[in-house]
Amino acid sequence: MIGALGLDSTLHLLAYSPPGWGANLLRGLGNSVIIALGAFGLGLVIGTLGAYGKLYGGPVTRDLLAVYTTVVRAVPELVLILILYFAVTDVVNQLLVAWGQSRIQISGVAAGIIVLGVVQGAYATEVLRGAILAVPAGQIEAARAMGMPPVLLARRITLPAMLSFAIPGLANLWLVATKDTALLAVVGFGELTQETRQAAGTTKAFFTFFLAAGMLYLSLSLVSGAIFGRIERWARRGQPGHGGGGR
Amino acid sequence: MKAMTRPHRVVMIAIGAGIVLWCVFALRWDWLPKYLPLIGQGIWRTLWILAITAALGFFLSIPLGLAQAAGPWYLAAPARVFCTVIRGTPLLLQLWLLYFGLGSLFPQFPWIRESELWPYLRQAWPYAVVALTLSFAGYEGEVMRGAFKSVPRGQLEAAKAMGMPRFTILRRIWLPQAVQRALPTLGGETVLQLKATPLVATITVVDIYAVASRVRQDTFIVYEPLLLLAVVYMAITGVIVLAFRALEGRLPTRVA
Amino acid sequence: MKKIVLTLAATLTLGTTAFAEPIKVGVAAEPYPPFAAPDASGTFSGWEVDMIGAVCAAAELECVVTPVAWDGIIPSLTSGQIDAIMASMSITAERMQTIDFSDKYYNTPTVIVAAKGAGIAPTPEGLAGKIIGVQVSTVHEAYAQKHFAGTAAEIKLYQTQDEANQDLVAGRIDATQADSIALDAFLTSETGMACCESMGAVADDQDVLGLGVGVGLRKGDEELKARFNDGIAKIIADGTYEAISKPYFASSIYGG
Repeated sequence: MIGALGLDSTLHLLAYSPPGWGANLLRGLGNSVIIALGAFGLGLVIGTLGAYGKLYGGPVTRDLLAVYTTVVRAVPELVLILILYFAVTDVVNQLLVAWGQSRIQISGVAAGIIVLGVVQGAYATEVLRGAILAVPAGQIEAARAMGMPPVLLARRITLPAMLSFAIPGLANLWLVATKDTALLAVVGFGELTQETRQAAGTTKAFFTFFLAAGMLYLSLSLVSGAIFGRIERWARRGQPGHGGGGR
Repeated sequence: MKAMTRPHRVVMIAIGAGIVLWCVFALRWDWLPKYLPLIGQGIWRTLWILAITAALGFFLSIPLGLAQAAGPWYLAAPARVFCTVIRGTPLLLQLWLLYFGLGSLFPQFPWIRESELWPYLRQAWPYAVVALTLSFAGYEGEVMRGAFKSVPRGQLEAAKAMGMPRFTILRRIWLPQAVQRALPTLGGETVLQLKATPLVATITVVDIYAVASRVRQDTFIVYEPLLLLAVVYMAITGVIVLAFRALEGRLPTRVA
Repeated sequence: MKKIVLTLAATLTLGTTAFAEPIKVGVAAEPYPPFAAPDASGTFSGWEVDMIGAVCAAAELECVVTPVAWDGIIPSLTSGQIDAIMASMSITAERMQTIDFSDKYYNTPTVIVAAKGAGIAPTPEGLAGKIIGVQVSTVHEAYAQKHFAGTAAEIKLYQTQDEANQDLVAGRIDATQADSIALDAFLTSETGMACCESMGAVADDQDVLGLGVGVGLRKGDEELKARFNDGIAKIIADGTYEAISKPYFASSIYGG
């Protein structure tokens, strides 16, 4: 079977230095991880602001955020990536031209991070909102009664307590971010899936490269799972264990 | 509807309607009549791919979830591996592996071209359907595992004590309740499946996304086809959400 | 389907009149041997890349080869992300509505390639009931839509000619139509030699197939156009054109 798939004869194509494509794949993986990290981070920032806006903001803020999260969660990422890329580039360039500056070329990495970050932000808003709601209200009310300023309250009470509820959802979001970077392959950016396709297309060794890429993604998600497991255990430290039921 | 009449909502709806009207009149829509039949075909393809892969994937996820929830290790382990691999790799990669990878095998086995399956193996949509079905099954397998585990064991034990055959327990007690518990998540996952369908355009299946790309490439118009695309997807999402809400409403559940 | 303009050179452009800064010459990011193809390290090489070097040297311009996805290459020219297109783009009346062209720098016939022994004549009758694959946004797509849409069973559109070739090898399409030189490169490769052969040139249709390949430029960019025309004339006159073409082609591809 391995022979039929032509894997054994093509293993040398995975070598690190040219003409092996191994370095390209690893570079693509590096790009994917960088974009995923950037998008995840941006998503967290947007999500925190969005969650607070949805919980404590005025009616207009809440409705605008509801429109944002609904639209982003209803439209496919691919379409969003296209729209946002063109719109963001256009707006930025028009602003620059209006200020008498020259047009700039937004690099693929930056565009990917911004676009995926906006998408992640919508999901993160929901995850963080649910997590903040799960913090026992009494603690927050007590802190307010003591006159704690809102930022201190957020930093000392809400965020640490919310973390243990948010981690599973955030871990999911991280995995979604790593896999969404593959969509940038459709728009030609050189992350792992695109590099794989180019290597496979040039050398015709499809199974070899796609399976190699699959294993790289799989190890990324397994390692991420392990890391998030440890983070969750750290966030849950001191809490009584959940008795019996569920995962 | 009362919620829609609060003052700030009225203003926002008015602004929204204003934006929609501006889009309709100010942007270029002259390409619509020419491409309307193609758009119709694209929407139809998107819908049936969604429906078939969601249905098949769901039926496949039942044994996957059951194996992990209650099966012996030699069934649970492969199911777990399958779900982990599917959820750990991007759908795009799985799709391309199937289409390009299998496609590269065909010339090596000339007898495939003589076989009955060849007309289907030639076309692109079977690969799209298989890849999307497996993907849906992988994610739903996890959901169904949780759902099967969450049905109160007491009911199952009582049925077993009554001597009910295992398949009847599954059919009458376990499965319906598990599905009922999983419905909200299933609705969300179906929406996610809809959002995954544009990927089939990369393997020459002409869904609505491929049609919009074709319009953009033929006419060089940038935004309007994408806006139409967004509207179409939002409309389909709305229908899915309403359909699942109706399904959930059929069985009254007590919220504690 | 694709779309965007992601160039690898992220340089700031200062205005459009002075030629002190480099001219970004767009080539298709996807491989198109023997004209332009990337190797493992990402550097492009091929006849067209050599031509870019020669024409720019003769025109005293500093040119930077900038890969752009084929189906987003015209929008990226019109939006200013690149300054010229030298990606084997044919001069056609339809494209002239959006962009301008320099004089041609090569012109080769269009052929149809099919499986060995398939006996498909490159005419509408020969393609009756067959599946033909072409690259999107090319003159070949326009030609196929105009001449073969009535008789062929299906016209499949691919993002790159390479994918069309792969599907021809896999047997998913019966024939593909493209530039004779590009298909030559495919037919002399290992997979191409084993599977397929040329069925001959298609009947000419200058409206659709155009008058040869030229450098794509923005409308109104007269100065750059004059410089490119100068450069092309110079290298043809002093023999550089022949010298470049010798390692790649047996005879001149300038065409009539």
